[in-house]
Amino acid sequence: MNSMNSQATVQTPGQSAERVEQQTPAVGQPYTRNSEASHDLSIRVRDLNLWYGKSQALSNISIDLFQKNVTALIGPSGCGKSTFLRCLNRMNDLIPSVNISGLVEMDGRDVNAAKMDEVALRRRVGMVFQKPNPFPKSIYENIAYAPRMHDMVSRKADQDELVEKALRDSGLWNEVKDKLHEPGTSLSGGQQQRLCIARAIAVQPDVILMDEPTSALDPISTATIEDLMDKLKEQFTIVTVTHNMQQAARVADYTAFFHLGEIIEYNDTKVMFSTPAQKKTEDYISGRYG
Amino acid sequence: MSDSFDQISQQLKRRHRKSARLKWLSMGALGLAGLFLLWFFTDMLIKGLPAFQQAYVETEISYSEEASTDARQAIDSDLIPIVSRTEIRSIPRLLRNEPDLIGSSETLWLLANSQVDQYLKGQRNKLSDEEIATVDRLVESGQVTQKFNSTFFTQGDSKTAESAGILSAVVGTIMTMIVTLAIAFPIGVMTAIYLEEFAPDNRFTQLIEININNLAAIPSILFGLLGLAIFINFFGVPRSSPLVGGMTLALMTLPVIIISTRTALRSVPESIRHAAFGLGCSRWQVVKDHVLPLAMPGIMTGSIIGLAQAMGETAPLIIVGMVAFIPDVGASFTEAATVMPAQVFTWASEPEKAFVEKTAGGILLLLTILISLNASAVILRKKFERRW
Amino acid sequence: MMQTNQLLLIFCSVLLILGLIAFFVGRSKAANLRASGTSMYAQPDQYAWFAVLSTAGPAVLVGVLGAFVLLLLGAEIHPLYLLSASLVVAAAGLAVGVVQVRANFHARKAIERVIRWVLAGAALISIFTTFGILFSIIAEALRFFQMHSFWEFITGTTWNPGASFLAAAGRGDGSGAQFGSVPLFAGTFMITLIAMLVAVPIGLASAIYMSEYAPTRVRTIAKPLLEILAGIPTVVYGFFAAITVAPIIVNIAGFFGLDASYNNAVAPGVVMGIMIIPFISSLSDDVINAVPDSMRQGSLALGMTKGETIRDVVVPAALPGVISASLLGMSRALGETMIVVMAAGMRPNLTANPLEDMTTVTVRIVAALTGDQEFESAETLSAFALGLVLFAVTLSLNLVSVIMIRRFREKYRVNNL
Repeated sequence: MNSMNSQATVQTPGQSAERVEQQTPAVGQPYTRNSEASHDLSIRVRDLNLWYGKSQALSNISIDLFQKNVTALIGPSGCGKSTFLRCLNRMNDLIPSVNISGLVEMDGRDVNAAKMDEVALRRRVGMVFQKPNPFPKSIYENIAYAPRMHDMVSRKADQDELVEKALRDSGLWNEVKDKLHEPGTSLSGGQQQRLCIARAIAVQPDVILMDEPTSALDPISTATIEDLMDKLKEQFTIVTVTHNMQQAARVADYTAFFHLGEIIEYNDTKVMFSTPAQKKTEDYISGRYG
Repeated sequence: MSDSFDQISQQLKRRHRKSARLKWLSMGALGLAGLFLLWFFTDMLIKGLPAFQQAYVETEISYSEEASTDARQAIDSDLIPIVSRTEIRSIPRLLRNEPDLIGSSETLWLLANSQVDQYLKGQRNKLSDEEIATVDRLVESGQVTQKFNSTFFTQGDSKTAESAGILSAVVGTIMTMIVTLAIAFPIGVMTAIYLEEFAPDNRFTQLIEININNLAAIPSILFGLLGLAIFINFFGVPRSSPLVGGMTLALMTLPVIIISTRTALRSVPESIRHAAFGLGCSRWQVVKDHVLPLAMPGIMTGSIIGLAQAMGETAPLIIVGMVAFIPDVGASFTEAATVMPAQVFTWASEPEKAFVEKTAGGILLLLTILISLNASAVILRKKFERRW
Repeated sequence: MMQTNQLLLIFCSVLLILGLIAFFVGRSKAANLRASGTSMYAQPDQYAWFAVLSTAGPAVLVGVLGAFVLLLLGAEIHPLYLLSASLVVAAAGLAVGVVQVRANFHARKAIERVIRWVLAGAALISIFTTFGILFSIIAEALRFFQMHSFWEFITGTTWNPGASFLAAAGRGDGSGAQFGSVPLFAGTFMITLIAMLVAVPIGLASAIYMSEYAPTRVRTIAKPLLEILAGIPTVVYGFFAAITVAPIIVNIAGFFGLDASYNNAVAPGVVMGIMIIPFISSLSDDVINAVPDSMRQGSLALGMTKGETIRDVVVPAALPGVISASLLGMSRALGETMIVVMAAGMRPNLTANPLEDMTTVTVRIVAALTGDQEFESAETLSAFALGLVLFAVTLSLNLVSVIMIRRFREKYRVNNL
């Protein structure tokens, strides 16, 4: 276990909690390795604690999330990975009993500050949910609705273009281009989920959070969405929660292992899955519990 | 790269204002409904509370020989326009029944007439200046005063406002409700038991179900048409009687009782039925000995609510003739009677101003009864509420 | 009447005695049998109850059937014969019941079969009620349409039944009477429209506040308070509309230089609307609560404000339920009687001005059926014709409402609506 609860234990990839404890936190420093991907910092988290009423769900989470990468959060159920994800766009605000301390920083601003407008935050940090949740509107409206409300488009032609681009980016265009005005709920589960992704990218966020986006889907749809994530990371920072380790290994550049509300290990995915630094991680990855 | 937080926040200002407006608007709507409730009850209290007070006149009655033919001789001529006519009219009858009284005299508090009553309550009235002077003088000397209006609770209807009471309507309501419950409760509970515990799920059962839901939404006046055409014209049940009123209301209450009983039966967990079946009970024994006792609080709650609904109903009763002038307290289920809401309706159509407060007084009594019934239903539900 | 009462009394008391005899004889016989060591299918009490049922059941059936034939078909049966016949049946039933106390007789099953039939019979009563309403209204309405043309009734713009009762009394030919129901329905729809204009916005907005914004404490207080509005008797609303609200409307209209009648359509309309608020708010509240939370989260996660989420996502999702609630409320407003009887006018008046007095269908039904009129007169029967249309309209509204709420339920797989 991490014995350094009182101390800031920043986890940048490649350094497990144990290894980093005596070093100065690598704040804002891009982690470098032999990779062509860019590593600008997107979201910086320091000492994040979260309580549901009196029970602590997250303790001393510190992590750097990098732009235009896929970061996977793995861990056994109830380990706090979804809760952590929801801290990044303040969806936990909707639960009245939640208390949060610590820093979540994006674009140099404290996300949890009183001055931060959570609506503005969610505009830049989009989210895709476990179960596809298209609005009870047409396919077209599902996508056009938010950009229109955000004044991103003014003319009908712009709007059409934006809808088409979002649908193309999410690989749905060829399947739905002839039935744009049918209800979103008429699509299959996998298509609905891609519609939800299209909906999220249409507002041009910086970060897209995905909360087990494929857990309600069949294997073929899952594969489609995994391919999609790989493509989308060229434009967006993606943080995904998954309980499927193969998926993390397939899609993620970085992986963080959560256990009992703490980050046990955060590393380059390849490193993490080949030579985990922590015994716990190794046990989990090799399927000894979970 | 998208806009910075500050830019977005700037764009959001207008939308946040709009969002806040929806919150205040919806809150205002609820507030408006609450405000109306407040206004309504205040208005009824202001109009109705005076009905429980009544002006009385302390009068010396001399039972002279002449008084047995001309009652006006019995009291001071000054008081004649002040005392209620019903009181004066009763003197000759009293003397006919008890001739011994002739020659004696006594001092009694008699009902004042409604004009005096209205004057004392500061309402519009038709008293002449002279009469007002007399009343003022008598108030000064303590001979005219307002007391608790017991007449309102102990008398039946009357054409003179001051002696009109609600007792006959209360008794009529009780008798009508006895009929309603006696019919609707057993039939309703039995129907619910059949549908919930015995009925196979077929077309016929679905028809009954749709039909019951529909029955609950049919305008009440149509039940009155049924009562008139079938109970009165076809079966010859006496018009205006608690029997026909109760039967009509029973049909209206039936869906309420059926629906609430079914909900109560459904909330008894299946495991209890399985346990009883496992002990070798037959279906009927399971229902009678295990399910029904557990569902009873729910059934009672539903029945009380249905009863309260029936108690406030007027429209179908008008059609079956229960809005009648009933001065005497009824004693039979087949004689003409009236009920409280019908009495309220009768009084509301009286042109005399003094009846406005009678109407509102009747309304207060009716509302008190209905609210206590509903409150007791809520308490019953809270007390026996069980989470399985 | 007295004689029937006495006969009924005799019937009941004899039946009671026979029933008691059946119970005790049946039980003792069964107990004896059991004591003699025979194994039996049922308990002695069950045999006893079977004997009671076989005594009373057929006898009551004969009695009721006889009374029915006597009263309805006017058959000349002396009530005494009927009484003795049914009592003989009772005695026969007693004998059969006692004889049936045998070891191999399933008394319990027999009893339960009877109970099942009785329960099913009770369930039939609700069907009878609907058909009773339908039958009685249609039968009388048909008689009306024999006297006056259906076409005139539906399209005529003059409602003037004045001369019809003379015709019924044998004087005059009733040719002066006109039964064009258009002004009545116009008045009904005007008042209903005003009621819906009050009830739908306030009801829906209250529901939105209660389900989306209000803290639990406010909710637990506000909900039952709103329900009180639905529990107030309509006669009380009628009085309130006529005595308190109507003069206020007249004053307000006067302030703007408008001339309003004391029987204007606004007062009953507004008060009716207030009465309907809880119908709409409570059903809408349930429906809005049933909209899955994932919808709200999906919208919020796109950077929508709470207001936008409610307006553009939650309410549209709940719309079938809200419409269904409004249709139910509308059907209630159309059939509402006391408020309009007390606060609206009596004069059929085809106008678009809500400040004028106008009358409604239900007011004319009440007017036609109160007072001392021949039942056979065209005016009395016109009430049933009006009732028939009212029935048809409210029935269709209710059915559409039920279908819409079922659609909603299936869409979101909610079961408690």
